[in-house]
Amino acid sequence: MTGIDWVLLVGRVILVFVALLISVLLYIWMERKVIADFQTRTGPMRAGPRGVLVTFADGLKLFFKESISPTNADRPVYLLAPIIATIPAFLAFSVIPFGAPVVIFGRTVPLQLADLNIGVLWVLAMTSIGVYAVVLAGWSSGSNYPLLGAVRSTAQMVSYEVAMSLALVAVIMFSGHLKMSEIVAQQDKVWNVIPQFPAFVVYLICALAEVNRPPFDLAEAESELVAGFHTEYSGIRFALFYLGEYVNTVTVSAIAVTLFLGGWRGWWPFHGAAAWLGPVLWFVLKVTAVIYVYILVRGTLPRMRYDRLMNFGWKYLIPFGLFWVLATGAIVVLPDRYGHRRGAFMAVGIIVAVWLVMSLVKQLLESPRPAPASREGLAT
Amino acid sequence: MSGTSPTPEDRPVDRAADRAVDRRPAGWWAIVKGLGTVFKQAFRPDNTEQYPKEIAPPPERAHTGRHRLNRHENGLEKCIGCELCAYACPADAIWVEGEDNDPDEPVSPGERYAKDYQINYLRCIMCGLCVEACPTRALTLTSYYEMAFTSREEAIWTKEQLLEPPPPLGTDPVAREGR
Repeated sequence: MTGIDWVLLVGRVILVFVALLISVLLYIWMERKVIADFQTRTGPMRAGPRGVLVTFADGLKLFFKESISPTNADRPVYLLAPIIATIPAFLAFSVIPFGAPVVIFGRTVPLQLADLNIGVLWVLAMTSIGVYAVVLAGWSSGSNYPLLGAVRSTAQMVSYEVAMSLALVAVIMFSGHLKMSEIVAQQDKVWNVIPQFPAFVVYLICALAEVNRPPFDLAEAESELVAGFHTEYSGIRFALFYLGEYVNTVTVSAIAVTLFLGGWRGWWPFHGAAAWLGPVLWFVLKVTAVIYVYILVRGTLPRMRYDRLMNFGWKYLIPFGLFWVLATGAIVVLPDRYGHRRGAFMAVGIIVAVWLVMSLVKQLLESPRPAPASREGLAT
Repeated sequence: MSGTSPTPEDRPVDRAADRAVDRRPAGWWAIVKGLGTVFKQAFRPDNTEQYPKEIAPPPERAHTGRHRLNRHENGLEKCIGCELCAYACPADAIWVEGEDNDPDEPVSPGERYAKDYQINYLRCIMCGLCVEACPTRALTLTSYYEMAFTSREEAIWTKEQLLEPPPPLGTDPVAREGR
């Protein structure tokens, strides 16, 4: 490592950090604008052109507000929780490639902080740490509503992490890599979203639950729990939670883009000096599209009831995820072993057979519906 | 109880309605359809008025703002100081002090006129009962709604102020601050 390498590395770190901060500012503004659009409102209009700076103004206000800590709070843990909420959110983004490798000073620099061998596992590890922030914040606040929110979100995030991991396992099996850059390279012909569409849907749903966005925002259900786990936080500490939550959403969308939507790959290549710009633009465009879908879901669906959330996670998403991992195994292994045509037919046959058996078992397990009440014997 | 009243069995069964209920989208499809419905809203024009920047003129017959004391065409005040508005006011916002007219220089036609007339807009609930109670149409509501105050004294409008027609919307100094 020479001096220039260090400069390039530190430069990338700063670039990613600042870009994420700015993207969160813009993303919160976009969310407010898009939600307003769905409700035939205009949203924020006053700070900056069409209200772009509204998040900046909010952040500035939060920065100068007093940070109150409750008397009952367990202070060290209480102060630690918002930091734990923010840092893993940023760290998870470090393995995402956001552009094609570029050549600077005669060196090929990947537009990615760290191309880890275990990229996908790193993402899973970092998003799991986010659960600790919620639990610690709720527990250390020394107050009832935050505790309830924390307990809820622990169960929710742990359950949906299982299904999310299963969706990712299917992608890993299909592409044969854990490295993010290799997964992007593998999608040069067909994006994974086409052969892995079921995994894509499972991942999108689980990611919503994982970052506590509506309709899975039970951890901070304001109509029931005031503000959930961060009820007792104010000022800059609350801002850190907010920041972590939205960075997480951006990260989760970026992972969806990298694993399923071809990463930074696009159709119109830029040439010459701007050749590096095309992939970056494509990446930003795709992430924005995924976030738009998330905002659309938020604007449409009401918050789920807690027992239904758990039912949905454990009884539908996880079994389906397991089934799809099995199916992916068949799709990957059988054509290699028995030749492409025969293997593909066998794979489809096995998938259909397993599906039929599963639905049969489900039919048998489901309790029969009570017979409709007889009308005979009613008073006339 | 030998059946003259119709029982549930006798009622005609609306099979078409039953089928319509069955045709409602269920489960996943309902979610997709709902997302589509919301997405369509994005293409509708916005209803928001950019209020302090652009002030839409109030409807022609809107009488929802502050009061005005009217005059006859010859310049005499219509108010006869009867205090019926003050009696009608449920919020006790109106103060009237009547006095006998000077026959040489009458303020209003008839015997009495209002020497003092005050409305406290911290109390007023804009119900319009005072206008209904007024026997001479001296008190009416205008459509002037920019009534922000910075002190309690400013919230009390005197007779002189109420006799003036309201200024055009958007000129109130307090309301203009947010612009």
